[in-house]
Amino acid sequence: MLRAMLGEAWQAMGANRMRSVLTMLGMVIGVGSVVLMMAIGQGAQYAVAQTISSMGSNLYILISGSTSAGGLRSGGGGGPTLTVADAEAIAELDGVSNVAPVQQGTQQLVYGANNWSATVVGTTPPYLDARAWTIVSGYPFGDSDVRAATRVALIGQTAVDNLFGSDDPLGKTIRIRQSPFVIVGVLGKKGQNLDGRDQDDTVIIPLTTAQRKVFGNPFPGSVRLIMVQATSAEAMPAVEKSMTALLRQRHRIREGQDNDFYLRNLAAAADSAAETTRVMSLLLGAIASVSLLVGGIGIMNIMLVSVTERTREIGIRMAIGARQQDILAQFLLEALMISVAGCLIGLFLGIGGALLTNALTDMVIVISGASILVAFGVAAGVGIFFGYYPAHRAAALDPIEALRHQ
Amino acid sequence: MAEAVIRVVGLGKSYETAAGLFPALRDVDLCIEAGEFVAIMGPSGSGKSTFMNLLGCLDTPSSGDYFLVGRKVAQLRKDELARLRNRSIGFVFQGFNLLPRMTLADNVALPLVYAGIEREQRRQRARHELARVGLGDYADALPSRISGGQQQRVAIARALINSPQLILADEPTGNLDSHTSEEIMALFTALNREGISIVLVTHEPDIAAYAARQVRFRDGRLVSDLPTPTQVLAAC
Ligand SMILES: Nc1ncnc2c1ncn2[C@@H]1O[C@H](COP(=O)(O)OP(=O)(O)OP(=O)(O)O)[C@@H](O)[C@H]1O
Ligand SMILES: [Mg+2]
Repeated sequence: MLRAMLGEAWQAMGANRMRSVLTMLGMVIGVGSVVLMMAIGQGAQYAVAQTISSMGSNLYILISGSTSAGGLRSGGGGGPTLTVADAEAIAELDGVSNVAPVQQGTQQLVYGANNWSATVVGTTPPYLDARAWTIVSGYPFGDSDVRAATRVALIGQTAVDNLFGSDDPLGKTIRIRQSPFVIVGVLGKKGQNLDGRDQDDTVIIPLTTAQRKVFGNPFPGSVRLIMVQATSAEAMPAVEKSMTALLRQRHRIREGQDNDFYLRNLAAAADSAAETTRVMSLLLGAIASVSLLVGGIGIMNIMLVSVTERTREIGIRMAIGARQQDILAQFLLEALMISVAGCLIGLFLGIGGALLTNALTDMVIVISGASILVAFGVAAGVGIFFGYYPAHRAAALDPIEALRHQ
Repeated sequence: MAEAVIRVVGLGKSYETAAGLFPALRDVDLCIEAGEFVAIMGPSGSGKSTFMNLLGCLDTPSSGDYFLVGRKVAQLRKDELARLRNRSIGFVFQGFNLLPRMTLADNVALPLVYAGIEREQRRQRARHELARVGLGDYADALPSRISGGQQQRVAIARALINSPQLILADEPTGNLDSHTSEEIMALFTALNREGISIVLVTHEPDIAAYAARQVRFRDGRLVSDLPTPTQVLAAC
């Protein structure tokens, strides 16, 4: 029975080929765009998730200066308000796992005849843990390097590529502001940060060395940034409170006065970035779904026309014994066949489009089995939903009225 | 004695028209026994087709009762009516009413699809039925490729495929020339000899002459029933 009906549905589709193809086109475009948009949306989510995990988790950045209506302004005497001693005090707080004072800036790196400009980060060993940054060869510098202000450096992948090409950078000496630094370790690859900056275009050196040889800090012991990592996401609110209280006390800020530092919650920024891309991919999917809806309405439209055109055929079928459910099934099957065929073609085109986008741009594309299943399920649903009304109309026809129809 | 194939009592049918209710059929009593061959005659508009549609369970009467082999049709559900049309009644129309996109074999086999018969059996029985009406070689042809007389044979084969007790034919020869009409009537006569009851509408006396009994309608009423078999009167 089902086979006979499938065959008939196939015949009916073939009988009006142009019309079937045009009707299908609606589904093709709908499913194709849903698949493509979901691939792009999920790709963006994947890229952001990747970036977030590369930043390090549960991070705060303390920035010298205070916030006011005019944005950041530097505090008191014009120099940075945060100190290395502040960092050491914060490290004693409950719920804090890593604290690293940071002095950073863009500097010219020189190796032999090669020049490359990169971010130079002067900091202490906990920085690597806070940022979850691995060393792929060599070893990190230690506290003793910071105390003795040794001229050692850890170098990121982008800087390696541009300065050394295919040479092994370990043990080589680069110059920053005339000072020679020995490369003791090579950093693992991280990719872009949330602002789109390349995190691998970095050289990390001891804080003390950075201040003395590279940045020439006129305010010894002070730093622009302190990176603070909480032990867990749950600990973050408490850490934020106790850290602020501690700094206000250490900086002798009276009640009602503004902070002379600014606290940025990177975890919150990451969450909002993730939320933004999530919403974006939902939106893309929603927009694409509209075309699926339009495709479905196209199917309904054509099926209604088809039912009207074939009223007499329906009458004949009823006269020789078709039950209402047989007629219903016949037209439902036709609608389903059109939508599923359109869906299959749409899937191929959508995946093809996604692969092409991947090849032609640097966008990350993720095609998941789930999104394909969803598109397929939705298309079948659309076929049944929009096919039901015309099929029901056909089945509800009065046999004799249908038979009299010219 | 066996149950009458058709028994109608006080059957009436009114159509809703712009000018109000129009009584197309009024108070018809008729009894047709198994194996009878009845011709229905009457002027145009006298209610012959209306009557046939009621007999075929395609339409519902406005008044009166219809018993098909003893079953009261008014009490049946739509599914049961469809089943009756599928198994117990074979229709033959003036306009043949074949499905144009299907081969002759598929057309003939279509009632078997709705009877839930397997594909292989459908094919065999359709070929057998086509051979019975003399069209065994045309199984894979399309209806548009054969003559009107041949199309009507196919329609008869389709009507026969579920071995119905009753064949209802509304002006089956209305679109055919006299020679072809005679062939079709010979076919009906042969079927009637096999025991199938036949009710046939026609305008032409020489077609009606094939039937053993002639019923005449005028203005929606049954006006004559000749020759009136006495045993039928006794049974009703
Ligand atoms: N669906 C309908 N709505 C309204 N009136 C109808 C309808 N069908 C038939 N009639 C009317 O009922 C009357 C009987 O029609 P019917 O078709 O039964 O006649 P008939 O005897 O078959 O005529 P013919 O020999 O021309 O086929 C006619 O006057 C016709 O106009
Ligand atoms: Mg008529």
